[in-house]
Amino acid sequence: MSKVYIALQDNDESRYIVEAIEEDNPEATVIHMPAMIRIEMEGRLTVNRETVEEKMGRDWDVQELHLNLITLGGNVDEDDDSLSLHWNE
Amino acid sequence: MAKKLNIKDKYRLLTRDLDWDFSYEDRKEAFPFEEFEGIKITDWSKWEDPFRLTMDSYWKYQAEKEKKLYAIFDAFSQNNGHLNVSDPRYVNAIKIFLTGVSPLEYQAYQGFAHVGRQFGGVGARVACQMQSLDELRHVQTQIHAMSHYNKFFDGFQDYSHMHDRVWYLSVPKSFFNDARAAGPFEFMIAIGFSFEYVLTNLLFVPFMSGAAHNGDMATVTFGFSAQSDEARHMTLGLEVIKFLLEQHEDNVPIVQKWIDKWFWRGSRLLTIVAMMMDYMLPNKVMSWKEAWEVYFEEAGGALFKDLARYGIKMPKYAETIEKEKEHISHQAWWTFYTHGHAAGFHTWIPTDEELDWLSEKYPETFDKYYRPRWELAKKMEAEGKRFYTKALPQLCTTCQIPMLFTEMDDPTQICYRDTVYNGDRYHFCSDGCKDIFEDEPEKYVQSWLPVHQIFQGNCGGPDVENVLADFYRMNLGADNMDMTDSPDEKRWKQWKGVA
Repeated sequence: MSKVYIALQDNDESRYIVEAIEEDNPEATVIHMPAMIRIEMEGRLTVNRETVEEKMGRDWDVQELHLNLITLGGNVDEDDDSLSLHWNE
Repeated sequence: MAKKLNIKDKYRLLTRDLDWDFSYEDRKEAFPFEEFEGIKITDWSKWEDPFRLTMDSYWKYQAEKEKKLYAIFDAFSQNNGHLNVSDPRYVNAIKIFLTGVSPLEYQAYQGFAHVGRQFGGVGARVACQMQSLDELRHVQTQIHAMSHYNKFFDGFQDYSHMHDRVWYLSVPKSFFNDARAAGPFEFMIAIGFSFEYVLTNLLFVPFMSGAAHNGDMATVTFGFSAQSDEARHMTLGLEVIKFLLEQHEDNVPIVQKWIDKWFWRGSRLLTIVAMMMDYMLPNKVMSWKEAWEVYFEEAGGALFKDLARYGIKMPKYAETIEKEKEHISHQAWWTFYTHGHAAGFHTWIPTDEELDWLSEKYPETFDKYYRPRWELAKKMEAEGKRFYTKALPQLCTTCQIPMLFTEMDDPTQICYRDTVYNGDRYHFCSDGCKDIFEDEPEKYVQSWLPVHQIFQGNCGGPDVENVLADFYRMNLGADNMDMTDSPDEKRWKQWKGVA
């Protein structure tokens, strides 16, 4: 199965987003590189609004992800509660 | 209180509902470029934009990105950020960026503004309009970020003039001219899909991470800020291709041909990024080969598996492309080193440490084919005979890159291909570039090939020095030649207080 991936700028906000991704996607691999964090996973990777809000301690709009996003790979599925990535195989 | 709209409803109301029907005008006349490429669209309403970004949210998030970005530019400049880069050699990679890449952002702005007008579907039009604005933002922020370096280093002063004239800069320029001179759907497959989805990642992700690793706060910041838009562009590229393939089966062979063409064109264009990664980042993050494996082979492989259900195959020449990752960065840097008098940036021999790193990263090829050249160059330089070639290189008619690539199964033999069209012989660096020419010869016979233009007397002269100084506006002895003893190096030593 192919891997989907997402890369975020390494900053204070992303740290919480990465924590949320790790919690909701225990199979994900987190790779730290200079100034960026890359997360990859086989199958489907999901960023849930609720988990990010819990980690940040504030309201968070899924579209705020754009502020810290560097790149992604996979078909995007986005609504008010989550953003997920997957490949059709 | 009115209920807050969810993303899907908001997108429907603020994007899709903006369209109108043509009651008294002919729709075909409103969108005159939509059919001539042979692409068949049966229903634009099937267009899906997964990000569903509406214009109001777009401005809100872009404004926030810009505020963050300019705060960092100010801090960088106020704190003399240029003094914190790892090594002054690094700055030469940024000179290539400003002269070779930033003007492409401007061409992308123009290209997306054009297709954003020409598509019959409103979802695609709005997405292209946003991308067009993004690209304009990218060129502006890049010029702004690099203006700081222009105060302290040579080679930044005339990037736009140089982009239009300098021999190696015709490679990126003609790449985008080719895409923009195509129809709107080919442009989207060329730039929106092939370039954005797979290839720009290699420049804006591992190279930018490398910029951070070399202390260049300004570049990594504009790079990642630009790339945050790029995630949306990638998604647009993927939506375009899925949309075309789902609309009509007749679209499949047309799209496949464009994929074959633009993945090859893009791989050729990225040769310069390969060289920047392997030779111009003093602090290393990953080799070109490693980056290629992650972002092209793994990510691109997953993408093509996903598209297989439409009957789309891996790009033609994928096997050649796979072999090239072992060679192209070394072949390109050697070419620039030997043409260092005609480049708008400095070149150098890698340090012994860097040569060892290259040997380690390229165990199959570096010691066998490339290290001996650098050992020879070192010996010649030590004898006071730093080598610059006197000849002007032959260029490939399609990609416009000098004939520097070898046969991939025989890395000591330069790869030459040629074809005759209307009684004239045209030369190519590869089967890929030859096939692209033969498919559209009327387009490529018009290539403005810098070396041909020099020999025809269209670039001033008569000597190479006159062309460089007067036509290209290079400051000879400052912008070009070796890094050793350059004004850049002397100033750096003065700032750092070293002899």
